[in-house]
Amino acid sequence: MELDVVTLSRLQFALTAMFHFLFVPLTLGLSILLAIMETVYVMTDRPIWKEMTKFWGTLFGINFVLGVATGITMEFQFGMNWSYYSHYVGDIFGAPLAIEGLMAFFLEATFVGLFFFGWDRLSKVGHLMATYAVALGSNLSALWILVANGWMNNPVGAVFNPVTMRMEIESFFDVLFNPVAQAKFVHTTSAGYVTAALFVLGVSAWYLLKGRHIALAKRSMAVAASFGLLSSLSVVVLGDESGYLANEHQNMKLAAIEGMWETEPAPAAFTVVGIPDAEARETHYAIQIPAVLGLIATRSLNTEIPGIIDLVRSGEEHIRQGIVAYDALQQIRAARGLENVSQAVRDAFEQNGRWLGYAFLLKRYVDDPRLATAEHIQRAAWDLVPPVGWLFWMFRLMVGLGFFFILLFAAFFWLASRQRLDRHRWLLWAAVWSIPLPWIAAEAGWFVAEVGRQPWIIEGVLPTAVAVSTLGIWEVALTLAGFVAFYTVLALVEVGLMVRAIRKGPPASADVVGPSPIPSAKPAGLRGAVAAE
Amino acid sequence: MTLHTLIDYETLRLIWWVLVGVLLIGFAATDGFDMGVGMLLPFVGRTDVERRVAINTVGPVWEGNQVWFILGGGAIFAAWPPLYAVSFSGFYLAMFVVLAALILRPVAFKYRSKRDEPAWRERWDWALFIGGFVPALIFGVAVGNVLQGVPFRLDDDLRSFYEGSFFGLLNPFALMCGLLSVAMLAMHGGAWLALKADGVVADRGRRIGAQAALVTFALYALGGVLLWAFVDGYRIVSEVVTDGPSNPLLKEVEVAAGAWFDTYAARPWLLLAPAMGLICALLAWAGLRLRLEGLSIIVSGLSIFGVISSVGIAMFPFLLPSSLDPRSSLTVWDSSSSHQTLFIMLVVTVIFLPIVLAYTAWVYRVLWGKVTEEEVRREAGHYY
Repeated sequence: MELDVVTLSRLQFALTAMFHFLFVPLTLGLSILLAIMETVYVMTDRPIWKEMTKFWGTLFGINFVLGVATGITMEFQFGMNWSYYSHYVGDIFGAPLAIEGLMAFFLEATFVGLFFFGWDRLSKVGHLMATYAVALGSNLSALWILVANGWMNNPVGAVFNPVTMRMEIESFFDVLFNPVAQAKFVHTTSAGYVTAALFVLGVSAWYLLKGRHIALAKRSMAVAASFGLLSSLSVVVLGDESGYLANEHQNMKLAAIEGMWETEPAPAAFTVVGIPDAEARETHYAIQIPAVLGLIATRSLNTEIPGIIDLVRSGEEHIRQGIVAYDALQQIRAARGLENVSQAVRDAFEQNGRWLGYAFLLKRYVDDPRLATAEHIQRAAWDLVPPVGWLFWMFRLMVGLGFFFILLFAAFFWLASRQRLDRHRWLLWAAVWSIPLPWIAAEAGWFVAEVGRQPWIIEGVLPTAVAVSTLGIWEVALTLAGFVAFYTVLALVEVGLMVRAIRKGPPASADVVGPSPIPSAKPAGLRGAVAAE
Repeated sequence: MTLHTLIDYETLRLIWWVLVGVLLIGFAATDGFDMGVGMLLPFVGRTDVERRVAINTVGPVWEGNQVWFILGGGAIFAAWPPLYAVSFSGFYLAMFVVLAALILRPVAFKYRSKRDEPAWRERWDWALFIGGFVPALIFGVAVGNVLQGVPFRLDDDLRSFYEGSFFGLLNPFALMCGLLSVAMLAMHGGAWLALKADGVVADRGRRIGAQAALVTFALYALGGVLLWAFVDGYRIVSEVVTDGPSNPLLKEVEVAAGAWFDTYAARPWLLLAPAMGLICALLAWAGLRLRLEGLSIIVSGLSIFGVISSVGIAMFPFLLPSSLDPRSSLTVWDSSSSHQTLFIMLVVTVIFLPIVLAYTAWVYRVLWGKVTEEEVRREAGHYY
């Protein structure tokens, strides 16, 4: 991979987005868990639930602020590094971002202040409403961001305008109710809930193991286990919905995830594992389950799923159509408008306009796509294939973890319902060590979603390489280095404060007398807690 | 759907020009005092508890205030995509510095109080200072550069090329605008501290705020004179099409001395905006001297309103003039989103902005009253 402005810009976006998403899932899920805990407090009036809300709220705050801070970068980066993208699709893409600010982020950010500062200034119900507003705001925020991201993956409701040289909105309704966006929203927020549930579960398990804050930990675990079980089930079910939609709208992504080079007779088999080989264009040692992929992706037994090689072949055809559209576009723009050119040119644009983006794929090889040779076209068509090996394995990593979460939460749910949470020390340790796993699954998921779309920044409309700003390579390198250094320091500080707050635990007033500590825990547990404070 | 034709394209563009102005002024008037408090922190708080009083006056509200900025950015993206694309990529390194400072600020607010060591807290105090001072300075410098024209051009595909350098931004007029912006927010932050802080912190805020108000007055007046005498404005010389497609290259533009005063010459009543900037700065000074804190914060906000809107009016209909290729300049009439997007965004704004204003007002009311040293000591747990 050569280090040009495109690669560096992509690297910068990937790093800042993945860093941002270290904090977002916890915010999404923890805000709901806080709302649940505080609801129990308001309904039962038992102070332990207030202490729980406050304690997890402290951790929420440490995390929340970095989500907000790194979100600023996300909002401005489109203009900074992807200015042609911003021009080309701002008419559609800008709207959900602005609405996110207006409808969701304002709500979340205004009431988060009251969450921390309002305990003595608001009535019980008043404060609960502030907490609800934070949870609602965070999750609405995710909705609008995923409407924007969903549109990048399935650009519905928009048309190209030759005079303004950009995509313009045709149906806002289609953009908003884009099925891909809706599936992504529920999948992503559920993943956030899993992250938060496992975080609460793991930290509480650690308290049980240390024999500290037993009452708070057990109650937190019961909430986290039930919430986590529901969420992890929903992640997997809705992930399946994403697979179905990927076939409808992004079949190259699906074929790459499956390492499926040739079109298979319906219903296609699901490859559990194998070793995709991009050179030989086949997947070695594949272990397959018959018919399963066909069922997931087409919900039928007789619909074919196209393989990579066939998709490249039809891509070649689209590139040729794109060249016709590009040629027509140049004539339309020279004549300053669709109404000033001949009917033949208008028809050519009408029929081939939707493939215009494919002509831009050639810009890597020739300045004017009309001058492309057959070899250029073939190379550009093979550029349509994303890195198959990476997608194959990242996807399996994500799915494997997803099923593991279901098992883990189910186990704790069962223990919680039988009041035996502290029975199995190894299981508690498993929960502690599993804390980072949802983050790994989420980042792997984003990798599949975004790298799987390459070479497009807007699927089928605008190639990533065309979308960058005209910047000097050293400028991008400088900001990239700056972000890496800056974010590394912030991450270290954040994790340090998080660990510190967890070690310190809730104030002693939260430790109402609960069941005795686990037999094997050292009786010095409480003294240890005091020392840590 | 043709619902959007209820309001014509020209009117929608004007409305969105005003609305983005409202958002930016909303940002300056609310997050402005947060940034002002940040930059005054080393001067108003000598001890840790004094600084905590200052910080906690904005503690519960800075987060919501900052959304004005995020929303301003989002609204420019949605309503003026070419402006968003050209300015953010053009002022690339300056934007990076702003981002870094703005990322530092939330973190500093939240993390400062998490540990007791003086060295830890002092480091975050500096971060708060930087998070207030640096963006204020750079925003001002950016406006100063925009008024002089920015060295960018658009090619036929409407891809923008920026041919200036980072250090080219630091010219005398722009730096003066930067200082004006700093003074303005220092005035606002001082007025806020006078209102919301207690004891010695409020006194220092009052004193510094009053001084900053005078500096604001002087620099703004000086800026107006310099703009008149030395800075060429831009003017559309081809036929002005107000409801045409958003393609900046379809017009002709000339650079002319005094062109930035065309709008004022045509509509003298608009001179109310600069007059408000000047007079309200003086009133803020007087209000702070006379200990009329409630009045001071209002007139200080109005002064900011006057200053920012006067710049927007002077440049109208230009949003981002190009010194390199005047034809490429972005204007209200050729750099907007499509008719339909502007309409949809307006509907959403008309519904949600009043709701936002209502709950924001409610939150400020809940938090009514001064932050005292005693309170900060008592609430060490969940205050900053």
